[in-house]
Amino acid sequence: MKAAARRRLALGFLLGPAYGWLALTVLLPLAAMFYFSFLTVAPVGGRIAEPTLRHYAAFFDKGFYQTLTWRSLKLGFDVTVLCILLGFPAALALAKYVSGRWREALFLLVVLPFWSNALVRTFSWTTVLRDDGFLDRAIRVLWPDAEPLGLLFSYPAIVIGLVHAYLPYMILTCYISLQAIDDSLIEAARSLGASSLQLFLRVVVPLSLPGILGGVLLIFVPVIGSFMEPRILGGRTGIMLGTVIEDQFTAVFNWPLGAALSFIMLGIVLVIFALATPLLRRRLSGI
Amino acid sequence: MTGGSAWGKWTVRGYLLLTLLFLYLPIVVMTLMAFNRSPLYQLPFEFDFVWFRALAGNDRLIQAGLNSVGLAAANMVVATGIGTLAAIALDRYRIRGKALLQILLFPPITIPWLIIGTSMLIFFFWIGIGRGLHAMLLGHVALSLPYVIVVVGARLKGGSHQLEEAAATLGATPWQAFWRVSLPVMAPGVVAAGLFAFAVSFDQFVISYFLAPPGVSTLPVEIYAAIRKGFTPEINAISALIILVSMGLMLVFARLYRFGGER
Repeated sequence: MKAAARRRLALGFLLGPAYGWLALTVLLPLAAMFYFSFLTVAPVGGRIAEPTLRHYAAFFDKGFYQTLTWRSLKLGFDVTVLCILLGFPAALALAKYVSGRWREALFLLVVLPFWSNALVRTFSWTTVLRDDGFLDRAIRVLWPDAEPLGLLFSYPAIVIGLVHAYLPYMILTCYISLQAIDDSLIEAARSLGASSLQLFLRVVVPLSLPGILGGVLLIFVPVIGSFMEPRILGGRTGIMLGTVIEDQFTAVFNWPLGAALSFIMLGIVLVIFALATPLLRRRLSGI
Repeated sequence: MTGGSAWGKWTVRGYLLLTLLFLYLPIVVMTLMAFNRSPLYQLPFEFDFVWFRALAGNDRLIQAGLNSVGLAAANMVVATGIGTLAAIALDRYRIRGKALLQILLFPPITIPWLIIGTSMLIFFFWIGIGRGLHAMLLGHVALSLPYVIVVVGARLKGGSHQLEEAAATLGATPWQAFWRVSLPVMAPGVVAAGLFAFAVSFDQFVISYFLAPPGVSTLPVEIYAAIRKGFTPEINAISALIILVSMGLMLVFARLYRFGGER
């Protein structure tokens, strides 16, 4: 009995601070936001708020918000697909064609920019993409009378910036699952007469699917919620669900509408996780 | 799959080189431009510290920089402290809701920061915590905790528990066992987690942005405002500095933690 009490005390001492902190800063705020999304005005500064559904109704009535949601989803899709196409081969090369110190060094080089400041990295693309910037100049070295590409403040610029930001994620997750593939399995497939293409499609890709899927989750979800990258690289073309939510909190000060839109975004995120979890679990248990 | 044709080898190397080029090109260009005299990226390139000198006279950016470093340091101490405690509990004890406790670590890193940040703004304002550096500290620690718990937890899995038992059977008191055995075993993990927490906070923009009242900011918040207001070349200089600091931190972290390596 005394031991049980001591154990409870120790657990409370060890776990209490961390989980208390998370409750105060993540769980309660999410609950508060959910509550705010059903109010006419934010109940701060003595204002009286009435319950309402109008912010959610606005989402379904006005085509504007749905268009924005599709734009954000499309952005997430484009960025994720490009990350797979560019990142998977790089991970494959790292895991199976490079070895020893080189592999360790290259791997570190791939992950390193990922841990540097996202805002600064996004900003750095403006020096490359702007009119008469680095890219235009580099092209003009080859073709002296080439027109400026005019990439900055366009949809492709947002995609480039986001792919740059999230590519290391995809390389990382694919690399981890590719590295786990036993080379003898590949030898076996080869000796049984599999062509390189068959080997790739029937052995390598299926076995690395958990890595790809993990990367997809880690990229798609934050891209849907991005607002700083579309702002900086997209300019006026960069209006997304994320930037409209940002506006509600920093420019328009319509917190309840912002809360409702945030919750719709959270709902989308949860649906994505719900769809991905069984897939991931089946894949993981299948190995 | 090793030992393909010479052609294949060069294709692979070329591809990896292109990937690295894509990842580093904008960072390198920006850093070079920070040392270029012309404010409009005019070439030829003229090496000059003019933007770093301008930076030294920019009180707003300096204040923001001091805020960033102070915040990151406070975040490092708090997050590493309480995160390490939680990691010890998760490693040592058989807890009934352990799976739930582990799942609870996910929201801060999987839910888009935009949602987390705006909900913190609402809640902190509502219950009277308000905005400011203290509110940012609350938010940064929440984002750092999952990483700290995972990094320290990974180190603990290495078996400090068994070593402590061994020390106990050899006659060490629990305190001795903790200070002389467990702590030295844990130390590299704790130091790595601390560096990580520092970097998470130092680089954090979204949460700080929503929790920054007018007149109080961190470097990323100040930079974002400057970019939106219109471009000033000093931003190149401060950005180059930030990139060097956070990449340097991560190199140290990588040496301590050796992620990705085969051993």
